Amino acid sequence: MAVEAVESRTSVPHTTPSFGPAVALSCRECGERFPLGPSFACVSCFGPLEVAYELPAGDSEALRRRIEAGPANIWRYAPLLPVPADVADRPNLNPGFTKLVKADNLARELGVTGGLYVKDDSGNPTHSFKDRVVAIAVEAARAFGFTTLSCSSTGNLAGAVGAAAARAGLRSCVFIPHDLEAGKVVMAAVYGGELVGIEGTYDDVNRFCSELIGDPLGEGWGFVNVNLRPYYGEGSKTLAYEICEQLGWRLPDQIVVPVASGSQLTKIDKGLKELVALGLVEDRPYRIFGAQAEGCAPVSRAFKDGHEVVRPVKPDTIAKSLAIGNPADGPYVLDIARRTGGAVEDVDDERIVEAIRLLARTEGIFAETAGGVTVGVTRKLLEDGRLDPSLTTVVLNTGDGLKTLDAVAAGPTATIPPSLSAFRAAGLAGL
Amino acid sequence: MSVNVRIPTILRTYTSGKSEVSAEGATLGEVIASLEKNHPGIAARVLDESGKLRRFVNVYVNDDDVRFEGGLEAATPDGAGVSIIPAVAGG
Repeated sequence: MAVEAVESRTSVPHTTPSFGPAVALSCRECGERFPLGPSFACVSCFGPLEVAYELPAGDSEALRRRIEAGPANIWRYAPLLPVPADVADRPNLNPGFTKLVKADNLARELGVTGGLYVKDDSGNPTHSFKDRVVAIAVEAARAFGFTTLSCSSTGNLAGAVGAAAARAGLRSCVFIPHDLEAGKVVMAAVYGGELVGIEGTYDDVNRFCSELIGDPLGEGWGFVNVNLRPYYGEGSKTLAYEICEQLGWRLPDQIVVPVASGSQLTKIDKGLKELVALGLVEDRPYRIFGAQAEGCAPVSRAFKDGHEVVRPVKPDTIAKSLAIGNPADGPYVLDIARRTGGAVEDVDDERIVEAIRLLARTEGIFAETAGGVTVGVTRKLLEDGRLDPSLTTVVLNTGDGLKTLDAVAAGPTATIPPSLSAFRAAGLAGL
Repeated sequence: MSVNVRIPTILRTYTSGKSEVSAEGATLGEVIASLEKNHPGIAARVLDESGKLRRFVNVYVNDDDVRFEGGLEAATPDGAGVSIIPAVAGG
């Protein structure tokens, strides 16, 4: 097992790394196992490596009590994550345990009777779900002795890495497409690390980072979504854990997840399966639905065409956080959607904006474009009968609308002089 | 046609640790055959049992993803840079 060949060079960690219940990296394609290290692709088949665990066996009630007594962030699930037991005591952004909003107004509008919930991850420290994955990656970076944190990003991740690095006392250098939304660029730049705009699409940025990681120029760098990706991805499991705990330790019947690389959807599925295996929730069927923007819908297209592989596309959509034309985990999204009886669907930019407005108008949640995609796809799936309105349904909002202000042209209803007569004349009286 | 091939870390056991090697061929398929001749075993890592590019391998000729350019039939002009990259990054 030539594991040395896939590891990146690092400085020597100060202490023996601890990864809690994690015991190995396992290839999702061929099953070959490797020691825990900064590795991300299988030497035999190039398949993605993921963290394998020996999870706590036995008393599920005791585990549930332990989790419920934990901090109100993702570290309450530390016994199920590749992190040391004392993780909550180390400088980190401590994301998670965001609100699960019972969206009764939206449910009425969409005709959902079985309970509709929005998991609102805009409440994280840098206002997207990326804080979850980065928090785990920071711990892995520490364990492997990396001194610089890096990533390729469509925007949200760049901010999450910059902030987490600042808090953890690491350097950061993050790479983004040069034409991102201003809100995301400012969010990425303000934490003081290096922010590099690459003249190209996200897929170009990702390719660049993949080449940098194999070059001496990238020595000592922990790329959260390249050589730390197996650990990073595990952070998305916490979305599944929280949803179930917040539903009263119950699986949702249906869940709608945005798809960019597809990592989040696959890890939500992994998290749900773990909770079943641990006896923390009752084993019952659930269906997972993927949501994409029509202007970047390679997984949705493959799903509709019945393909098992995903043909890359050139993205063209306002949903830039989902604009990954060559999604690494696309094949697994297809597998999961088909296995669970779900689907992968897409909506155009106009419906994305309508959905952002709908969620804001009905629930007071201002979602970024990715949230518009999930709500828009939810509406579409309800309209064509693929989502069952009588079942408990959870829709993810993974980011904050303040980062994508340009997508929604909104302004004052009226601009008037400060007088009652002008107010009356504008037709606003008696609203 | 002589091209320069960038080798990812996980394949450098086949190239004596070199990150770049030269290869011959007018198409990507010919380039991979040339690589196999000089670095035995490397083709089976990049291609699956049916001889197609593995689904988690990205290959670029200069700046073009070969999946848009005919896959193994993609032209590899003299002096081109060919980059083999694990696909499981990003997101």
